Amino acid sequence: MTTTEKPDTLRRILDHSSRADPYPLYAELRRTPVALQEDGSYVVSTYRELTDLLHNPHLSSDTRNLSHPTAGAEEQATPAFINLDPPAHDRLRRMAMRHFGPPHTPGLVTGLEPVLTTTVSGLIDGFAGKEQIDVVDDFAYPFPVNVICHLLGVPREDEPRFHVWVNDLINSIDYDPRTDPKEKLEKGMQARKDLREYLGGLLAERHGRPGDDLLSRLANDDGPDGRMTDEEIISTANLLLIAGHETTVNLITNGMLTLLRHPQVLQRLRDEPDLVVPLVEELLRYEPPVHIIPWRAAYSDITVADTVIPKGSRIMLMLASGNRDPDRFHDPDRFDPDRRDNQHLGFGSGIHLCFGGPMARRETHIALTELVRRLDRPRLVTDPPPYRRSPVLRGPVHLLIEQGAG
Amino acid sequence: MTSADNLQAFKRDGRIVVVGASLAGLRAAETLRDEGFAGSLTMIGDELGEPYDRPPLSKQVLTGWVPAGGTKLPRRREIDAEWLLGVPAGGLDLATNHVRLADGREVPFDRVLISTGVRARPWFVESEAALDGVFVVRTREHAEGLQRALAAGPSRVLVIGAGFTGSEIASICRERDIPVTVAELAPAPLVGALGAMIGEVAADMQRAHGVDLRCGVKVTRLEGDAQGRLRRAHFDDGTTIDADVAVVALGGIRNTEWLRGSGLAAGVWGIACDTGCRALDLNGLITDDIFVAGDVARCPNPIYEYRLISLEHWANAVEQAEVAAHNMVSGQADRWPHLTIPVFWSIQFGVNIKSVGVPTFADEVVVTQGSVPDRRFVAAYGYRGRVTAAVSFNSAKWLDHYRQLIETAAPFPPPCPTPDQPADSKPAPVDFPGPALLAQGATVVVTGHDPSERRVTAAYQHR
Repeated sequence: MTTTEKPDTLRRILDHSSRADPYPLYAELRRTPVALQEDGSYVVSTYRELTDLLHNPHLSSDTRNLSHPTAGAEEQATPAFINLDPPAHDRLRRMAMRHFGPPHTPGLVTGLEPVLTTTVSGLIDGFAGKEQIDVVDDFAYPFPVNVICHLLGVPREDEPRFHVWVNDLINSIDYDPRTDPKEKLEKGMQARKDLREYLGGLLAERHGRPGDDLLSRLANDDGPDGRMTDEEIISTANLLLIAGHETTVNLITNGMLTLLRHPQVLQRLRDEPDLVVPLVEELLRYEPPVHIIPWRAAYSDITVADTVIPKGSRIMLMLASGNRDPDRFHDPDRFDPDRRDNQHLGFGSGIHLCFGGPMARRETHIALTELVRRLDRPRLVTDPPPYRRSPVLRGPVHLLIEQGAG
Repeated sequence: MTSADNLQAFKRDGRIVVVGASLAGLRAAETLRDEGFAGSLTMIGDELGEPYDRPPLSKQVLTGWVPAGGTKLPRRREIDAEWLLGVPAGGLDLATNHVRLADGREVPFDRVLISTGVRARPWFVESEAALDGVFVVRTREHAEGLQRALAAGPSRVLVIGAGFTGSEIASICRERDIPVTVAELAPAPLVGALGAMIGEVAADMQRAHGVDLRCGVKVTRLEGDAQGRLRRAHFDDGTTIDADVAVVALGGIRNTEWLRGSGLAAGVWGIACDTGCRALDLNGLITDDIFVAGDVARCPNPIYEYRLISLEHWANAVEQAEVAAHNMVSGQADRWPHLTIPVFWSIQFGVNIKSVGVPTFADEVVVTQGSVPDRRFVAAYGYRGRVTAAVSFNSAKWLDHYRQLIETAAPFPPPCPTPDQPADSKPAPVDFPGPALLAQGATVVVTGHDPSERRVTAAYQHR
């Protein structure tokens, strides 16, 4: 049974005026779990159907399998593993994981904790004497950027350069030819090129000079799968650099916003710092940084919820909608850090489950615990705060707070 | 216990006895308390010490990475039980509702959960089993003894039986650089559980890691020296090998002997029950107050033609325990069936092997994703044109999809292509060893003529 969703629900979600609270629209969308859109793409919004698809081997992450390639999905010789299927995906992810986590590098995340703690403390020290703090500019952005630069081996002082590229790039991810100026897409493509050139330059310096950072290790270490080509290293570094800070900024900012909207929970976190672990899981369900996986492709005909999605169709996975599905989560619109059975889709699922999830968790644990411990009676200045454009990677562009007696 | 009042009274003041204090017993006890059972709870177990987890015993414990004493099961909540440990149960009297302990004590109950599990099948010649260096692996003590023997640097280990436990032990030996011979009666390792095709893959894997794998042979004799230490093993093809450690990995024996004469449908096959984990009596009638869970239970599965299936799987023990416990404190209308698709995993030779469904319920198998030579693939099993199981080698993240195919009786072979699918994969016969290998004698005889007097009696016999 293929049903055509009332065409305006998705359009309204993508519209910037819905960014502060897209959840009522997600509820509308869930009435049709698999909704065919006017352009032939399918939007999937319910938890069960989303998890089915995330584990479905007929769902492709490679946009080259779309019968009508999306605008901006330019021919990339070596896509990063997020945009590849097995076996290429498995091989690249495995080679990257060698240097990023267990079993070969088990201590990476815990080993970073001193860096995380020092960075967080330093940034909070910088709040001293400020009347207003912007949680984004003064904290949630510089923190993960510092961490991912440290980890990858990207000079911190180059941040202003790649900040612009990353912004343009993210902006173009949800490019819509019907409403967006072509310029937006072109800026994104140029940024992609510039960023790759920049990373290529850094990589060239690393060859033959083994070091502790990820770029050097990818350039110099062999594993059972051999060594990545330079193109593959650049794609991987590009992915990690972008994903490694774009998402965490939003997770931390959404977290602080949610806590300020739930003062009792904020107080509880101050009193029982261990609460941060289930709290961040609930945050990943309730206000995840990634709302949509916008570009999966049907590799064959896929049947889901009695709907046949034809081969080559574009599929949009509304992860944040699945996280609020009342058929899966009791009272889903309630922020409940004590929630048990919290199998959220905040990091996706299946073989593309967020590569940096463990690190993002630890960064957010430390960030929120320290903010709550050290801020003095923080208050929101504007609620809702202004939001970034992207409906895919959703979060406030600024989050102004005041603290102290005020 | 049919009316709501009676049920409330039972939940407040009733007496529940759990016989078998391992994974299933402990999880059932926790669930009983979670569900509001406030009456008296007695846990009976034949081993001393708190319930522990078994999967690590053939894995991390044997590498020496985790001490045998370090696998205590986590407690998910207080259960406020009386523990009767170190004494096995000796009998069950359904006329007076008592469990009799081996030391003669009697424990009364209103409802009882039987989760007595299985024990290791010992080597069939007692004097040879008693040789220094001959091991089985089931309990913490077994694993501790074997880990010490491996740490002492044996010149060669003989593993008898290449099922999952035997294969895992062989893998550990190679990881510790100990020469190992594996003897298996079937044509390949893991054949009894996963069929001939996967058996071939497992055999290649073992040989590639330097295991001296001998299939289609039987160990006939374990030979010791004057000091009673194992020295040599003899095979039915006339060959011998020198070994100072032998691990007997020939599966388990279900702990049901204590139920002889109880009138329950209990025997070498396990204890038959319905999907609500209520035990059947010998005539196949459902009892009201006797429940079963875990390795010892033999439960019908509607997805597999309601066949009675017993599984020695960790997840099965947990799920049955939760269903049984729920049903013990619920009225008829609120009872749950145990309908989950079985899941099982193993790690050997650096490969994570995981299965969903019941691979033995199949006539064909096909590789659907990945690459067999790379030992990174998924194979789907089918029975008469529908998907009934799947097994993955280093590709476990796909199995949720196959679970769904099993649940929806999807067609076999799965018709649509996926990325990373071997182009030439065709369904092959699954080829399990014939029933002769598993045959057991008659266990009951039917007596009586009129419908009112037809009854079954047990016919216990030696195997």
